[in-house]
Amino acid sequence: MSAPAAKSNSGERGGVLETLSDVFVNRPQLLTLLLLTPPLLWIGIVYVGSLFALLLQSFYSLDDFSGLIVREFTLSTYAQLLEEANVQIIVRTVVMAALVTLACAVIAFPIAYYAARYAKGGMKALFYLAIMMPLWSSYLVKVYAWKLILAKEGILTFVATSLHASWIIDGLLAMPVIGGPSLSFSYIGTFLVFVYIWIPYMILPVQAALERVPASYLEASADLGAEPRQTFWNVIFPLALPGIIAGSIFTFSLTLGDYIVPQIVGNSRFMIGQAVYTYQGTAGNIPLAAAFTVVPMVIMGFYLWGAKRMGAFDVL
Amino acid sequence: MISAVSFQNVSRRFGAVRAVDDVTLDIEPGEFFAMLGPSGSGKTTCLRLIAGFEQPDGGHISIFGERADGVPPYKRNVNTVFQDYALFPHMSVGENVAYGLMINGTGRAERETKAKDALAMVKLGGYETRRTAQLSGGQRQRVALARALVNNPKVLLLDEPLGALDLKLREQMQDELRSLQKDLGITFVFVTHDQGEALSMANRVAIFNDGKIVQAGTPQDIYERPKSKFVADFVGSSNVLSPEFASSHGGVDRWTSLRPEKIGVHGVRALVPAVHASADGIITAINYQGAITRLTVASEATKLTASVPPGSGGFRQGDSVRLIWPKSAMQAMDADA
Repeated sequence: MSAPAAKSNSGERGGVLETLSDVFVNRPQLLTLLLLTPPLLWIGIVYVGSLFALLLQSFYSLDDFSGLIVREFTLSTYAQLLEEANVQIIVRTVVMAALVTLACAVIAFPIAYYAARYAKGGMKALFYLAIMMPLWSSYLVKVYAWKLILAKEGILTFVATSLHASWIIDGLLAMPVIGGPSLSFSYIGTFLVFVYIWIPYMILPVQAALERVPASYLEASADLGAEPRQTFWNVIFPLALPGIIAGSIFTFSLTLGDYIVPQIVGNSRFMIGQAVYTYQGTAGNIPLAAAFTVVPMVIMGFYLWGAKRMGAFDVL
Repeated sequence: MISAVSFQNVSRRFGAVRAVDDVTLDIEPGEFFAMLGPSGSGKTTCLRLIAGFEQPDGGHISIFGERADGVPPYKRNVNTVFQDYALFPHMSVGENVAYGLMINGTGRAERETKAKDALAMVKLGGYETRRTAQLSGGQRQRVALARALVNNPKVLLLDEPLGALDLKLREQMQDELRSLQKDLGITFVFVTHDQGEALSMANRVAIFNDGKIVQAGTPQDIYERPKSKFVADFVGSSNVLSPEFASSHGGVDRWTSLRPEKIGVHGVRALVPAVHASADGIITAINYQGAITRLTVASEATKLTASVPPGSGGFRQGDSVRLIWPKSAMQAMDADA
């Protein structure tokens, strides 16, 4: 203990930087405060502030005759949300988001499991590259590429026809609700593109969660008599669940709010994102757009609350 | 009598490395058996072969007379206490202990009772609802022990069970493990690189080096009669005397082990009693270790270590001394290795 005391008493240190670093070492709270102030201001004013402004807008209403916003507190905008057409938009979006999330989880799990448990060195680098690379190219380009792939004259139909398997596509398109004139004009197409676009956001957190499960847990489970299937459901799955929940927060909320994919690939029925886009743009109905925006936030709130109740975050 | 665990010419290779190389071994029921060796000597792989985490490339393993090669871990009546304990973090202490019972379909009430009893046995009664993250290292160790023992295994495997504990706790756990083993009568097989632990806990020890068992026997046997330089050196510390030195100082013309505590340190004019041998030399180093003091003595070109009780003689570096030891303490060894 005597060495640092001797140093600070010697008076040999000088200069502004040294003095400054001495001050910070002696008062760590000061440094924390300085480091936190800019991001806190950003989050407080720019982020939470604009959210609050949005929330406020949703309690105003639109005057039907003048087309002007009436800045008085009312719940009439939220009542509008409950009209049948709007409820359909909400239900359609939530169902789509749930199915996309489920599909992402089912497809991502084996990939993440392989990457976490078996891939080593070069294979692991290749894995990261393969997962991340689609994220480096423009979202719009990918969606338009999918539109071409799924189009009636597109490569998918072409391949299916040459393999004499076009009846599969025809059969899918003939199905009620999810079918349509072609894959790129159906819910199937919207679903496929969503799954493709969001799946990296599911794989990465699941892989990170699985990476933290030591091999000895699996051995211990087997040692205690559990067959691989039992080990999966009793050890691997519960420990991967926080990762799956984290991934599903991405896939679910991104799908809830997206307005580009359903517009480019899909039928003409609106999803929440498109409704927001239309109401705040051409229709000029900011209050209703704001109310629509609140819907995904409320849904996500319930979703996280439910996940917590189910113990998904107990391992964290 | 059927062996608890029997290895017949068992080999296990990892690439070009022969982790276990033609090992033949029999562990009797009710034994407390230690596998001792430096890291990479194959002892842990042997344990994993018994547990079923590894399968042999050659040879056969049987557990209580039943062929075990090719049988997966979950079909063996053998349980393991892992080095890192491997407690499931998403389960309470009670759920961890009851895991094996839950898997085999034991009813809730029964497994709760059994888990409670098992925790009481390792002196953790009342800890059922705790989370494993709240436990200390020693407590985790006990939970891991209870989780394995609650299944009533025929053989309990312990992988470096005390490695992560501090000295005091380690000594306490050594005593507890020994009395637990005596009470339960289960065959314990444990792996350690700590020779003190192996000698004090086990009733039989196998010394591993380079994937082979270089010597197996009771702790006394191993310590008093090491068969090779490796064993003499690894188990306790020993003076390994060259054949020339041994033959000219009361021994035979072979590599010879002489334990430091067998050597008495005396003044240069001390008389050498019958059936004793001696060597004169100069103290080159004194190493105080509390319970004993180690003296390094250079005699001609040979360095000898003698351990003496503290406070005996008041030796100083550079003193000329006469080392005297009983000839019977000189253990000639078979192997040069």
